[in-house]
Amino acid sequence: MNIYMTGVGGQGIGLLSEVLLRALEHSGKTVRGVDTHGLAQRGGIVVSHIRTGEGEFPPLITPGEADIVLSLERHEALRATGTFLADGGTLAYYDAVWQPYSVRSGDAQEVTVEQIDEVCKSRSIKVLRVKRNDLPDPRMQNTALLNEILLNNVIPGLTREHLTEAYTDLLKGSALVQNLSLLN
Amino acid sequence: MKKLGDILLGKEPFSEHVMGNTAVVRAMVEAGTRVITSYPGSPTPEIASAIAGIHQDKRPFHFEFCVNEKVAVEVAYGAAVNGRPSVVFFKSVGLNVAADTFVQLNHMDIPGGMVVIIGDDPGAHSSQNEQDNRHIARMSYTPVFEPGSPSEVYSFFLAASAMAKKHRMAVLLRLTTHVCHGKERVSFSGWNNPEPDDTPIFRGEGGEYIPIGPNVARMKKRALDRLELASEYLSGSALQRLEDNSNSARGVITAGLPFYSLLDSISKAEGKPDILKLAMVYPIDENAVVEFLKAHKEVLVLEELDDFMEQTVKRIAYDHRIDVSILGKEKQENWIGEYTPDRVKRILAELWPDLIIPIPPVTSSLSVPPRSPQMCPGCGHRSAFHAIAKALKETDITVADIGCHTLGFLPPYEIGRLLMSMGASTGIGQGLSLFNDQRRIVTFLGDSTFFHAGMPGIVNAVFNKHQLTLIVMDNGTTAMTGHQDHPGSGSNFNGSTERIPVRNVLEGLGVKDITEVDTYNQKSLTEAVAKALDAPGFSVVIAKHPCMLKFTREQKRKPGYTPKHVRVNPDNCTLTRECIDDFACPSFMWKADEDEVSVNTDLCIGDGSCIQTCPSRAIEPESKKGESK
Repeated sequence: MNIYMTGVGGQGIGLLSEVLLRALEHSGKTVRGVDTHGLAQRGGIVVSHIRTGEGEFPPLITPGEADIVLSLERHEALRATGTFLADGGTLAYYDAVWQPYSVRSGDAQEVTVEQIDEVCKSRSIKVLRVKRNDLPDPRMQNTALLNEILLNNVIPGLTREHLTEAYTDLLKGSALVQNLSLLN
Repeated sequence: MKKLGDILLGKEPFSEHVMGNTAVVRAMVEAGTRVITSYPGSPTPEIASAIAGIHQDKRPFHFEFCVNEKVAVEVAYGAAVNGRPSVVFFKSVGLNVAADTFVQLNHMDIPGGMVVIIGDDPGAHSSQNEQDNRHIARMSYTPVFEPGSPSEVYSFFLAASAMAKKHRMAVLLRLTTHVCHGKERVSFSGWNNPEPDDTPIFRGEGGEYIPIGPNVARMKKRALDRLELASEYLSGSALQRLEDNSNSARGVITAGLPFYSLLDSISKAEGKPDILKLAMVYPIDENAVVEFLKAHKEVLVLEELDDFMEQTVKRIAYDHRIDVSILGKEKQENWIGEYTPDRVKRILAELWPDLIIPIPPVTSSLSVPPRSPQMCPGCGHRSAFHAIAKALKETDITVADIGCHTLGFLPPYEIGRLLMSMGASTGIGQGLSLFNDQRRIVTFLGDSTFFHAGMPGIVNAVFNKHQLTLIVMDNGTTAMTGHQDHPGSGSNFNGSTERIPVRNVLEGLGVKDITEVDTYNQKSLTEAVAKALDAPGFSVVIAKHPCMLKFTREQKRKPGYTPKHVRVNPDNCTLTRECIDDFACPSFMWKADEDEVSVNTDLCIGDGSCIQTCPSRAIEPESKKGESK
């Protein structure tokens, strides 16, 4: 299984991918992954690859072969659908909009929810859009997305227990309590 | 879960899911490394993050960030000639900075042994080129190990370190970006925390360490002798692998990450080629290559970047009169970029179409607005560029340097139109100023780069009386690579240290015209730059403001933190769009269908640096919300 994650530097892709990677390991799978570090994190596109499988395999996903794309931003959701997501796969995204410069300057149109729905429909891609107004901190959008992924069984075999275990590995104190309270 | 530091110092054998940059730190612990040095640069700074996970009092080694890669190599060398096993790590182009000392290493007898870890960057994800550092290894007679996964980073480091210690030499461990950052479960051995022998054993009788005159030939012979030992060291080593698929027609010689991309590419193929996976890419195990060439009709040398192994493999075939067809870099495009699984699939499909069905390129008719990296909300550099632009003429030539401020070349600022390497801006600017009375020259330099390689260019400007203005973009930290301290920060990796202010250094170097301005004070900065540009000779403006990403992160960690934002007061906004088109903080959003500017509160940090830029005074702290109506 290939899971491709994307978003904008600063949104918390790093934690999202680390939680998911550990949760998948807790579910008994062999997991490899790789994240973007460095320059791109300054407001650019940040991606993370997670792969499960047997034996030896590299952490990088081949474009067009992701079973699942998770995005924390609307423009990046559509971009990754075009580059990495396989036909018939699943797109799950948190509908935050961080406008690229060309949208702010008026040179390009902001990507719309309808545009994403239309593209996905034409390629038999299941879409899960997440948006909440009750989050105490925008940095918890990643956990809100993971919760919906869990509720909709987007990743077969992944349970609340696996995610809880992963969060407990990585966070402590009030950050842990707050994030776990979003998993229901 | 246990803390990273406790994991890295674990006494019993264990396994953990880690990235390559973390696995290598455990390997250093097990190998008894005593001294580790570095200068931060992607893709290697997370090695230091893992080291930081071990409490300073518990570290079985000394670690420091040095002012640049050359000094880092020198500190590690000095420790190693005194008997301490040492390690130095930095990014690909860091080896250029270190080269003057690095190329000498294997001329010397290094009793402690040295491992030089280099983070090469095929694909230039975060470097100004994708240079193939295997070439400089050959030039300096340095053996190179090349792992392709976190598990291999661990085991190859141990092999490199053992070899360095046994033969009293320097050995390169060549990592690449996705090997540094790749994550998998790695099995580690136990560690019994042996008492180190810290006897200062240096001896240098008879000019042993002085490469002058006839000594040089003797030293060079020693370097060449050691290379022969290196290739012997590997024969029969478990690190080198032969994947026997009983294919006498086709074989592939490869190493590192491309090996795993190859496995991925042929996972479903019929008639898989045999694979010789080398662990040491220089020198190459000649016997193994001879046997492999003899056993196949056609052999592909699959390697990222340059045709480094291919040349040697072809030479071996010639010397041994082996009748084999050798394929390699058949096309120029195969010299460029990273050998990701899809890339290797395309290369194989082209050479051996019966083996792999060519994958259709992903053709997306989607047009999604591009997104480049940009300066963070509240970044002092944005305020600086916005203010500096007002003092510049269209004809002025602006020269950038390496660092976050490099992003100033992007619209809307487009300031800094040349970029070369660390500290290069001031020297390039001096050349631009020659035979040039018409166009003014402005160069930029970050504060960490100032200490790294910026000072010689400044001295040259004073010494040779050049006419230009330097703007030091001072944010108090090494921001781009993850906020490492530098000599102007007031602390180093291990604790507080006396700050070396940029201004004092400039004064000491003989710079007469120095102005220091906080960049949030935009009007003063515009005036200071205008004045500096009009001044005769070499002038410097220190445009300073603390890195707001670092500052905001620190604030968020404090109890009782409450987020702050600005807002656009619709009653005052006259849609001049200066906040979007000129200041260009990413927090400002444009609602095209409503002709409205709003603030993205996920991004805005409420620093207020934008307030002074609005001619209509429409931007205000969100706390004023209640008062405005």
